[in-house]
Amino acid sequence: MYQLIKQIIKTGIKTENPPQPDEAMRVDTQRLQEDILRLFGNALNIRHVDAGSCNGCELEIHAVNNAYYNIEGLGIKFVASPRHADMLLVTGPVSRHMVTALKRTFDATPEPKLVVAIGDCACDGGIFGESYASCGRIANVIPVDVVVSGCPPTPTAILQGILTAISTRK
Amino acid sequence: MPITHPNLHLTRLAGAIPAWSGEIGPDDLQPICQNVRDGGGRLVALWGSDTREQGNGYALHVSLVNEAGLICLSVPLPADLPGYPDISQIFPVANRMQRAAYDLLGIYAHEGHDHRKWLRHGAWHGGSFPLRKDFDATQSRTDEADAYPFVQVEGLGVHEIAVGPVHAGTIEPGHFRFSVVGEKTLRLEERFGYTHKGIEKRFESMSLQQGTKLAGRVSGDSTVAYAWAYAMAAESIAAVTPPDRAVWLRALFLERERIANHLGDLGYLGNDVALSFGFAQFWILKEQVLRNNAALFGHRYLMDKIIPGGVAVDLTEPGKRTLFEECAMLEHEVRVLRGIYEEHAGVQDRFIGAGRIEPKLAARLGLCGLAGRASSQAWDARVQFPCAPYDKLDVQMATYRNGDVAARVIVRFDELFESLRLQREILTHLTHDDILSAPLEKLPANGFGVGMVEGWRGEVLVAMHTDAQGNLTRVHPHDPSWQNWPVLEHAVIGNIVPDFPLINKSFNLSYSGQDL
Repeated sequence: MYQLIKQIIKTGIKTENPPQPDEAMRVDTQRLQEDILRLFGNALNIRHVDAGSCNGCELEIHAVNNAYYNIEGLGIKFVASPRHADMLLVTGPVSRHMVTALKRTFDATPEPKLVVAIGDCACDGGIFGESYASCGRIANVIPVDVVVSGCPPTPTAILQGILTAISTRK
Repeated sequence: MPITHPNLHLTRLAGAIPAWSGEIGPDDLQPICQNVRDGGGRLVALWGSDTREQGNGYALHVSLVNEAGLICLSVPLPADLPGYPDISQIFPVANRMQRAAYDLLGIYAHEGHDHRKWLRHGAWHGGSFPLRKDFDATQSRTDEADAYPFVQVEGLGVHEIAVGPVHAGTIEPGHFRFSVVGEKTLRLEERFGYTHKGIEKRFESMSLQQGTKLAGRVSGDSTVAYAWAYAMAAESIAAVTPPDRAVWLRALFLERERIANHLGDLGYLGNDVALSFGFAQFWILKEQVLRNNAALFGHRYLMDKIIPGGVAVDLTEPGKRTLFEECAMLEHEVRVLRGIYEEHAGVQDRFIGAGRIEPKLAARLGLCGLAGRASSQAWDARVQFPCAPYDKLDVQMATYRNGDVAARVIVRFDELFESLRLQREILTHLTHDDILSAPLEKLPANGFGVGMVEGWRGEVLVAMHTDAQGNLTRVHPHDPSWQNWPVLEHAVIGNIVPDFPLINKSFNLSYSGQDL
């Protein structure tokens, strides 16, 4: 126990300042009203859905939870069910085998809800494109509010995308 | 010669690892597989290809490994009845690969005891096969509801728990069907294929260079291993040797990928037994490794840094010093954290005995990679088939025999320290030539090449076939998760359901890598 406490004290606080929202990430047709966005304030629940990604974006979503980015410190946390979620964070091109699961997850998320598409494949199909097995971008299957490009996007970019979605339009 | 058989004539393939190829008739497949199995060998990969444009039918390809190296067998199959003898009785791991080969190409195992589909759900209908050259994507579309008969467990008080494809955490999609009595797991059955996005078909329309990027995204957490195996396969066909500095840098990248993933897993294993301190600490270390990657090589996960012929990025002298300092820091910190894990009674109570795979079962089922080594399966491609620069590094293999979560944690710690030692050695030996890659624009016609790399999870194989114009006609990436997923079904038997996330994480297998 002594070693454990010593290590915590020695490590100190690593958390860095969060990025500013970026209007360029916002897709024009954001479906939510400003006042609803304000409601999410500092208590946002996110449900992550991998709709067919290579697991690269997942690594960075994990990283958003580490001490440097400390997403929970901003009042944002990942939840185990879409029923508890305000936002879906969706990665991948949508594989055809995930279409039903993704749509059902979207339907199970209570209104008002936000969808943030994470990664190049989620934005435009990426290297996998559209094929017999892939539907391409997330917006081909469910409505998307904010897109975050990158392969994979950095944790800062992911955080910025999330913050953009919950910030009110200027 | 790795094996002898009267009807088998093997040709040595050029390239970094000892590999042979040869053609056999269907009748010789089982005896040769049995021969390799009896000698302690394993099945690495099984795939099919459409060779009708070359005037043949289809072909089954089987890659076996024994102490001498890789043995790649091709079995020509007639176009009208493309059947071959079932080898899943010899290598149980062949079961899912044979089913996948049917779903994608329509070649099938005679007497196969499991005829359920594997990669196909509802994206294309049963009579069409995506990897056939005359496959028509629009005609094959179907909206059929997906049906899959799970094995039912019957008895008083038995019930099923269905999990997935969307999981509770930040994990890839897949379905797990538990049959339980109370808290105890009687049976687990996995159902995958949810992330199938047509990777193998995609390769067919790509140039060698475009394919490099795709290979690095078969499983994002193993991008270095896949990119290297892909490059190795191309270099094997073209008989090109990458420059000295390039192979040292490749090994540096591969060990850094192992370090980053092992750090991440050790953190999550702590988290899964309610020691969130472990997650916080190990992920601070992992983040520092990733940031150094970004600063020195331009990508946090080193994607697209290995290319056919060599590497796409160099390491500067100041960068070298940064990595030496990182090594010293990590060695110290990980040693402290290992002490804390080992002395923490609550952690050890959850780790020890959970999800045990006895060495005998591991050998029978072909468990490989890190999980295999935790169950006494002493296979590590860096040790048995050391391609340059591993031939100069004398890699120490980490093995343990308990086969439980604790053993997989111990192997991770040991490999982490070994990778840090290797990183130091690599930095010391890194030669000073300026050339980072050998020219490799175009591949020879009708070639076959193979690459195999010991990634952090296990051995990653990429097989490559070219057509009469030297274009990619078939690329098959193989993930070690094919081998290890079926063993997870055994590991959880008798364990309580709440231990599943812990046991699953201790294997940490890829969905995307096997769904393709």
